[in-house]
Amino acid sequence: MKASRAARWAHWQERLILVLLFASASVSVVTTLAIAISLGVEAIGFFREVPLIRFLTEREWTPLFAIKKFGILPLVCGTFLIAGIAMVLAVPMGVLIATYLAEYASERTRRLLKPVIEVLAGIPSVLYGYFALLFVTPLLQKFIPSLSGFNALSPGIVLAFMVLPTIASLSEDIIYAVPQSIREASLALGATKLQTTFRAVLPAAGSGIIAACLLGFSRAIGETMLVTIAAGQIPNLTLNPLEPVETMTAYIVQVSLGDVPHGSLEYRTIFAVGLTLFLITLIFNLFGLFLRERFIRTFQRFA
Amino acid sequence: MEVVTAPKVEPEAVRRRRREVLMEWLFLVSAWVALLLTISVLLAILGKLFADGLTRINWQFLTSFPSRRPEEAGIFSAWVGTLYVMFLTAAVALPLGIGAAIYLEEFASRNWFTRLVELNINNLAGIPAIIYGLLGLQVFVRWFRMGESVLAGACTLAIMSLPVIIVASREALRAVPVSIREAALALGATRWQTVRDHVLPLAIPGILTGTILALSRAIGEAAPLVTIGALTFVAFLPKSPLDPFTVLPIQAYNWVSRPQPEFHRNAAAALIVLLALLLLMNSIAIYLRNRYQQRWRI
Repeated sequence: MKASRAARWAHWQERLILVLLFASASVSVVTTLAIAISLGVEAIGFFREVPLIRFLTEREWTPLFAIKKFGILPLVCGTFLIAGIAMVLAVPMGVLIATYLAEYASERTRRLLKPVIEVLAGIPSVLYGYFALLFVTPLLQKFIPSLSGFNALSPGIVLAFMVLPTIASLSEDIIYAVPQSIREASLALGATKLQTTFRAVLPAAGSGIIAACLLGFSRAIGETMLVTIAAGQIPNLTLNPLEPVETMTAYIVQVSLGDVPHGSLEYRTIFAVGLTLFLITLIFNLFGLFLRERFIRTFQRFA
Repeated sequence: MEVVTAPKVEPEAVRRRRREVLMEWLFLVSAWVALLLTISVLLAILGKLFADGLTRINWQFLTSFPSRRPEEAGIFSAWVGTLYVMFLTAAVALPLGIGAAIYLEEFASRNWFTRLVELNINNLAGIPAIIYGLLGLQVFVRWFRMGESVLAGACTLAIMSLPVIIVASREALRAVPVSIREAALALGATRWQTVRDHVLPLAIPGILTGTILALSRAIGEAAPLVTIGALTFVAFLPKSPLDPFTVLPIQAYNWVSRPQPEFHRNAAAALIVLLALLLLMNSIAIYLRNRYQQRWRI
């Protein structure tokens, strides 16, 4: 009968759609697996020629030179040096701004300032690199004459402002989410607003703010164009921010722009470096997400 | 007769109160110093950019290919490449993202697979862009044999934008009242018919807003495209999705890496064009969001 045929067709259409939608959702899981596999396959090829011990402990990184050294330490050090400088600036500023916006600012002030901070997050990183190389470095050189044209200090400072919106925005959400009952209890016991903020609200938000900082740090480590433009392309195992350094991300760009043949050892180095970068950011991201979950769960009782 | 005087206020309390006021003042000043510093940096970036590059923008700059001579160089291939990649990225990312969002919001039950998908989406959002570039290089350029093409770039950026699109689409779907779904189901519609004909049309503006914001982030990215092989000197326009290409941020990077200040000026001009494009996209997104909010008030 006609009605039954239409009903059966609708039923199969429903099933088909469900399969398609399920497939779309699975793309995210497939993507993570694809990242692991695509990095892993080439990295394994790399580690068959360069032992892991050498990769982790050798103190020079010169895969593109005649005498090849494969120690990742200079790249990791460069990455962490610049990210470290950025966090030293971004964490205090970000938490201060977040606390002010969440606890003290008027609605009008908050509505005015939040978009301004968001704009900072939307600026392309090539523009940040341009700014660091052609404005910040010359400016710093006036005060520090020994500052090299490519250095770690300039991109570190600029990176701080790149990461600041992430830290400030996430922290502000966290502080806002601290239940009102905690503030009321503190005030009822006779504390002032400042004491309430710093001795009740912020400690309660603690794990959430740490999560925000971890996610910000992960973002700082993964930043590419800013450090490629302003920090230099010479691997350098140093803690001196006045010298040029190369980060893991800048190295990948350097090789990608060059004429390295596919399947060669030099080509595989970008996957080994990429895998290292991926694992480091994964650890920070997962830990940050875990702390955030714990914060939400802790205060679900008070909601 | 003894005059009764009011008891003196304890000096300890006065001292504490004064310190309290000082600390609060210190906090507010520090917060405002941080805010003003942030605003100044933003103004410095924009000021330096416009001072350096605004005068370079003219018809010749917008319609010339890159050249070894800075005065003759232009961003024709770069902005065409940017638009081409952007539209292809949207074409790939939208169906996948909306599909995933619909599945998660309307059809999935809370089981281990759903939690795994959500965990993956959260994790993917935090992965550095250049890792997506390496993924695109292996999977799209090599395994799928797309070559170092517009299509490979678009697929890479699409995968990168998926988490943002999925989250925004889920929010848009969640904002549609349950009563709409219940009414449709009560009238005999299947679950998919409910979504396709009733929920989805109401969620489209929110979905579009999120997608445009995700895309505007993607077109500012140079790192993943450099890794999949986008070139830095492209003196032609890509005709098919399998052609090589370049984009605005990569062109700007190429120019700023050169020592000559004339090329730096070109880089600044290219970045201004990129910012203008970003501004346009974000304005469209905000306009859509405002119009969408108005609909619900009716």
